[in-house]
Amino acid sequence: MPVAGTPKRVAYLNARLLDPATGLDAPGALLTEEAVIADVGPRLFNDAPPPPDAQIVDCAGACLAPGLVDMRVQLREPGQEHKETIASASRAAAAGGITSMVGLPNTDPVVDDVSGIEFVARRAREEKLVKVYSYAALTRRLEGQEITEIGLLHEYGARGFTDGLKPVGNAQVMRRALSYATAFDTVILQHPQEPTLSQGVMNGGELATRLGLAGIPPLAEVILLERDLRLVEMTGGRYHASLISTAESVEAIRRAKARGLPVTCDTAPHYFTLNENAVGDYRTFAKVMPPLRSESDRAAIAEAVADGTIDAICSDHAPQDQDAKRLPFAVAEWGMAGLETLLPLSLALVHQGRMSLLELLKRLTVSPATILQGRSALAPGLPADLVIFDPDRVWVIDPDRFLSKSKNSAFDNHPVQGQVLRTVVDGRSIFTLAEAEEAG
Amino acid sequence: MTAQHPSREVSPFPHRHLLGIEGLSREEIAFLLDLADFYAAQDPREHRLSSLLSGYTVINLFFENSTRTRTSFELAARRLGAEAINMSVASSSIKKGETLIDTATTLTAMRPDLLVVRHPDSGAVSLLSEKVDCSVINGGDGSHEHPTQALLDALSIRRRKGRLAGLTVAICGDVLHSRVARSNIHLLTTMGAQVRVIAPPTLLPSKIESLGVKAFHDMRAGLAEVDIVMMLRLQNERMHGSYVPSVREYFRFYGLDQEKLAFAKPDALVMHPGPMNRGVEIDSELADDIDRSLIHTQVAMGVAVRMACLHALLRRDQLPREVHA
Repeated sequence: MPVAGTPKRVAYLNARLLDPATGLDAPGALLTEEAVIADVGPRLFNDAPPPPDAQIVDCAGACLAPGLVDMRVQLREPGQEHKETIASASRAAAAGGITSMVGLPNTDPVVDDVSGIEFVARRAREEKLVKVYSYAALTRRLEGQEITEIGLLHEYGARGFTDGLKPVGNAQVMRRALSYATAFDTVILQHPQEPTLSQGVMNGGELATRLGLAGIPPLAEVILLERDLRLVEMTGGRYHASLISTAESVEAIRRAKARGLPVTCDTAPHYFTLNENAVGDYRTFAKVMPPLRSESDRAAIAEAVADGTIDAICSDHAPQDQDAKRLPFAVAEWGMAGLETLLPLSLALVHQGRMSLLELLKRLTVSPATILQGRSALAPGLPADLVIFDPDRVWVIDPDRFLSKSKNSAFDNHPVQGQVLRTVVDGRSIFTLAEAEEAG
Repeated sequence: MTAQHPSREVSPFPHRHLLGIEGLSREEIAFLLDLADFYAAQDPREHRLSSLLSGYTVINLFFENSTRTRTSFELAARRLGAEAINMSVASSSIKKGETLIDTATTLTAMRPDLLVVRHPDSGAVSLLSEKVDCSVINGGDGSHEHPTQALLDALSIRRRKGRLAGLTVAICGDVLHSRVARSNIHLLTTMGAQVRVIAPPTLLPSKIESLGVKAFHDMRAGLAEVDIVMMLRLQNERMHGSYVPSVREYFRFYGLDQEKLAFAKPDALVMHPGPMNRGVEIDSELADDIDRSLIHTQVAMGVAVRMACLHALLRRDQLPREVHA
């Protein structure tokens, strides 16, 4: 159902159409009718002009692609509205070209029952901006012991099950969860860090030693990942590893996929853009979980994104206020705001010549959508969720200009190439760069 | 109903113990069912006490709480004229391994003719049977077997449907921990029925298909075109996040109600070994629906089946070659 204010028809002309679902990369046009794509193609409007009542958007050669799908966002509402709300996260996502995002269940209260899922859905409907979905907790209160009502939560729209920042350390719980979930064909997401080895605050290694900070060895990741992959093989459960950060994890995933296991994974831009040196002089904005790793790990992650071993790139948006970050490194909160920098940071892989634009967009649209059992394509009849962007435009990241309530980005003053011009959800423009620049 | 036996020299039931269904032949099972049918046809209030087992002693040795099975065995023994004694052993207060053998030695000294044994550990009844010099009936051992329950289930089905071969039977619920499920799978597959198990994946044991059944995780698919729906009891402690997230989720996806039963054949019958958790594994109204529910028949058949088992094990000299019910 289109919301009030949705134009009846919009014709997007002079676009570079990019559809990772079909491999289309060609100049062309797209027509939306109310909330859906009505027609699209390189020859659209070649022979006949757009319908006279259609609103015209001249893309002037910019890229037009399905809107980004961000599969890992911390919404902070309910419970920590001073850091972020569903409204502010939605505005930030729209500015980032994201049309669908999925929130982690680590709110207060935890999303571990049907009412939590419904709360997020209702708040998103009220905001009428991007589409906001939720994962449900895999275990009650994220305590890692008792599995949640996976069947009921799945029916009510939970897009998957995860304990978010808390890995499930108990192998029996993970085994039963993977096994139980096969009855409902839903995905279990785990951020693999062996809990007993992950008590540190940054990557374990020389720098941690010099700084006198407790380290988290890269091994902590592959140990839990390998265990989970064995459990996947045993149970047949669909498994997604979140935020892969080490070369050894990439190898483990590569082998699991070669053996045909139902396994996917993602990473976030900071893991292929930065290494542990970003922590530098106790810079808490670079304190993320998993920690930023060594340069060789960073390079391996970039390569795995390019070759498709890593299926998806998520923002891992983790908004924190100043109070949570202006603290000694060891006690500062984890995470980085990421919604508004997801696309430009990811585009660096294209500009470095590591991968094609179409392949990169696949990691940001159709791959995460497929993992979450949704659809993403420039195809008639599908929701008109679109992003228009200039892949080459140069700008400098300035967190003070973020629409997110939180400004905790390690990319302050980081020059990037590629900017979102317009974001369309269900046929309605919810962000245009022109209006944002006018306002701000 | 009759059962023919290939040779007149061979006893129709040449066993000293009844420890499980697995390993019994189709003919032996049919023989026990026929004999049970004979007892089921008798009205105990007309026949009063038989003298078949007059002077025999049966001890019910229960290491696990039970009311209905124990009572059913007791009644069966008394109706055949035997002395029946109940011994309940609180299994929590003893060290199982050595006490089990000690108990067997003590009981042997009392010279009973037959022991009915229930024990929480799989294999314990078989172990005990090796240490005593009398017959033993397994009244349920751990998650292994409960042969008399499977026999009374089969008898209940056969009396309503006229046959077992060719029927499709769905066993639903906690198959992982269920001795009733295992005994029924062995019995029904031996008798030529098609058996399905339906449960959440956490409540299905691994390699269950190797027992000759088809496994389903979805009630709608699993119940399609079945003749018999056999529900299993789900223990309370397994419903809170370990095997199953909650009672309401279990009932929503795996509890039997009219809506799910509609996927089975229109004349499908519902069974439950009891005691039922109404609103957990079975809808209360359905359990009481006289046209669909075999649950009361099952209880009635329990005594007849146990009379047949006692008869077959203790009076091999008095076994009919074929039984006319």
